[in-house]
Amino acid sequence: MIKQSFIGLAKPQIEYEVLVAGQPEPQLIQPSEKITLFLEKSPVPNDSILFNVGDKVKTGQKLSYSADTDTYVIASVTGTISSISAFAGDYGKSHTAISVDVDNNEELDDQFAELAANPTLDTARNFLSGMPGNPSFKAFSETAESIHTIIICGVDRDLLITTNQYAVKTHIKAIKNGIGILKQITGVDNILMTVPQHLMQDAIAGNAQVRVVDSEYPATLPHLMMQSLLDQVVPAGKRPEEMGVCFLSAEAVASIGRAFDEGRIPVTKTLTLVDKNGDKSLVSTIIGTPISDILNTYGITLHEKDRLIIGGPMTGSAVYSEDYPVQADTDAIIVQDSENLDLVSDYPCINCGDCVRICPANIPINMLVRFLEAGQYEEAADQYDLYSCIDCGLCSYVCVSKMPVFHYIKLAKYELGRMHAAEAMNA
Amino acid sequence: MLNHNKLIVSHAPFWHNGSSISVRSYHTMIAALPAVLIGIFQYGPRALGVVSLSISLAIIWELAINKVTRRTVSIGDGNAALIGLLFAMLLPATSPWWLVATGTFVAVVIGKHIYGGIGGNPFNPVLIGFAILMVAWRDFFDFNEVLVNYDLGFAMVYPLAAAKHLGTAGIESFSTAGLLLGQQTGGIGSNFGLGLILGGMYLIARGFIRWEISLSFLAGVFITALLFHINNSELYAGPFFHLFTGYTLIGAFFLAPEDSSSPVNFIPMLIFGVGAGIMTVLIRNIGSFVDGVPFAILLMNLVNPICDKIRPKALGKVG
Ligand code: SF4
Ligand code: SF4
Repeated sequence: MIKQSFIGLAKPQIEYEVLVAGQPEPQLIQPSEKITLFLEKSPVPNDSILFNVGDKVKTGQKLSYSADTDTYVIASVTGTISSISAFAGDYGKSHTAISVDVDNNEELDDQFAELAANPTLDTARNFLSGMPGNPSFKAFSETAESIHTIIICGVDRDLLITTNQYAVKTHIKAIKNGIGILKQITGVDNILMTVPQHLMQDAIAGNAQVRVVDSEYPATLPHLMMQSLLDQVVPAGKRPEEMGVCFLSAEAVASIGRAFDEGRIPVTKTLTLVDKNGDKSLVSTIIGTPISDILNTYGITLHEKDRLIIGGPMTGSAVYSEDYPVQADTDAIIVQDSENLDLVSDYPCINCGDCVRICPANIPINMLVRFLEAGQYEEAADQYDLYSCIDCGLCSYVCVSKMPVFHYIKLAKYELGRMHAAEAMNA
Repeated sequence: MLNHNKLIVSHAPFWHNGSSISVRSYHTMIAALPAVLIGIFQYGPRALGVVSLSISLAIIWELAINKVTRRTVSIGDGNAALIGLLFAMLLPATSPWWLVATGTFVAVVIGKHIYGGIGGNPFNPVLIGFAILMVAWRDFFDFNEVLVNYDLGFAMVYPLAAAKHLGTAGIESFSTAGLLLGQQTGGIGSNFGLGLILGGMYLIARGFIRWEISLSFLAGVFITALLFHINNSELYAGPFFHLFTGYTLIGAFFLAPEDSSSPVNFIPMLIFGVGAGIMTVLIRNIGSFVDGVPFAILLMNLVNPICDKIRPKALGKVG
């Protein structure tokens, strides 16, 4: 964990993890009994004609509630559906959790294979969202032809993570392939690949314009890369996609390349496992594998009041069970011992200004939190720049009062989002 | 689910840089120590008594308020102790116990807790306590009077009073070096300039205070004093005299940068600091008080909220 240096006057330097050269191939961890997949829709029992408990699924088979929908998951193993249940994700997102008992005689679904020879955007959209790296093709359909630039992130978004760096280092061929396909199916010619300095040479083989990104957090967040690479400022509350720029992770692009090359949808996710001592291992596993299988392989046991984190230390999310599965965007699993937890306090803001000085978005957080604490979200958004926040989490990281500043911010955005949605419904 | 371990679920981020209010408070107290120790050394047991009483009472008031308002006990964060220490540093060693008791009460209860406690106070609590006493019992702060029984081997007149009443002729016996080394009368912890500067540098280096405020305050004092001095060097003391006497240094490093009552943005910090510096010298040279630091800072506390509105544009905001 990176602590403040003795000389607190200097801005803290929080560096991204650097992929260690010459690492062995990550160990592939197979699910022991079952996997769980999340379909981003709440269960609709009456409608569940396309799959049901007891159904057999093949590896690569598409599971969805209806034939013509963007919402689906790809079975990552062959086996039998053992349960379908509702699962509540963060911030009111509801999912369907589909558990599949793994059958060791793998059978491949051939729906995608038939289409792979002739790559199209529709095929990608219909089969490939949810591949390792979680590519999204929504931007290309939603805003029609307005996407003019694709930025491939060979950098990782959060600390401790090396998934995308690993993809650049070892799967540059697949990435190159993926870039070719992206050009072909989206018609976008302006494709940039961002990498940390040390991967500059490796990245050239990818056949895209290579750009080096600063190694200091949070330089790899999309909004900041928009600024540093394209000299464009994303207006507060807008997404880069709305400015015609689409971000894809290097792992996702490698998945695209491989999918069309092999005629088979990749299901193996690369992630960093950080144990209680902070030791890191690069792991690869089938999407849907319960985290407990990974922890068991590494001999990590969880105790009461430990913390299990999916994603990086700044922006990840804590889960309450080790049965939680690895997902398409699970770049890290961090285990923290109950002894070493940084917990929030119930102190108010003392106005020290540390957050204001570190915030990459120049938000007057010292004022903002006062309104957020009081639940005055509208004022927070109107006067104190709530929507300029790019979700880096640094404010909470430095808060002298140990306030859950970032939590307040996310909650406020979520609540405002709900309010506006409700208003739109009633209008 | 097979696993029944209750894991801690909380929101990102899952790291913290380790800073805390208590570290801040205790290190600020450590930074103040050199100046306090010299004060105790000079004025002896009475000074020690005032310091101890002030710290203890501040903590007791804090505890009492915690109990009365049924909030979590907050004396562990060191903020009350710090208020007590800083308050004592402003007082003359001869202060009677009731003066200390009233002052700490006003500082902790009115200065801090009435406004909702730590972080909510618009004014520096120490200065609120001090200002009320100063107005109510002005005689106890006439350093020439109250310290009349001490002879510490240097001119036992309060330099600012001498300058005020006699002009530069009255302060010829003070050398800059002597002032820095604490050869002047005044508050228990306000005289040893070198110690205060060292403490201030420590606080700045550790990031516990905002250097912009301290330095701009000193600059404000220096420039204003210089202008006065150039204008009439008979009547008005020079800039270094103003920097190293009275509460200038303790104000610059320990009072003006108090978190809650000062700005956090760059330009407002400069305005705040310079403004307090200018006001200090104005009060000293043409106002009715001998020292202007407490009132100058309180005045800038008042404009702080408006002042801190001057800030850089947030990311992605137009216009
Ligand atoms: S998370 Fe905090 S520090 Fe980061 S952009 Fe948002 S307000 Fe600023
Ligand atoms: S870091 Fe925390 S205590 Fe300091 S100003 Fe920001 S929110 Fe307030």
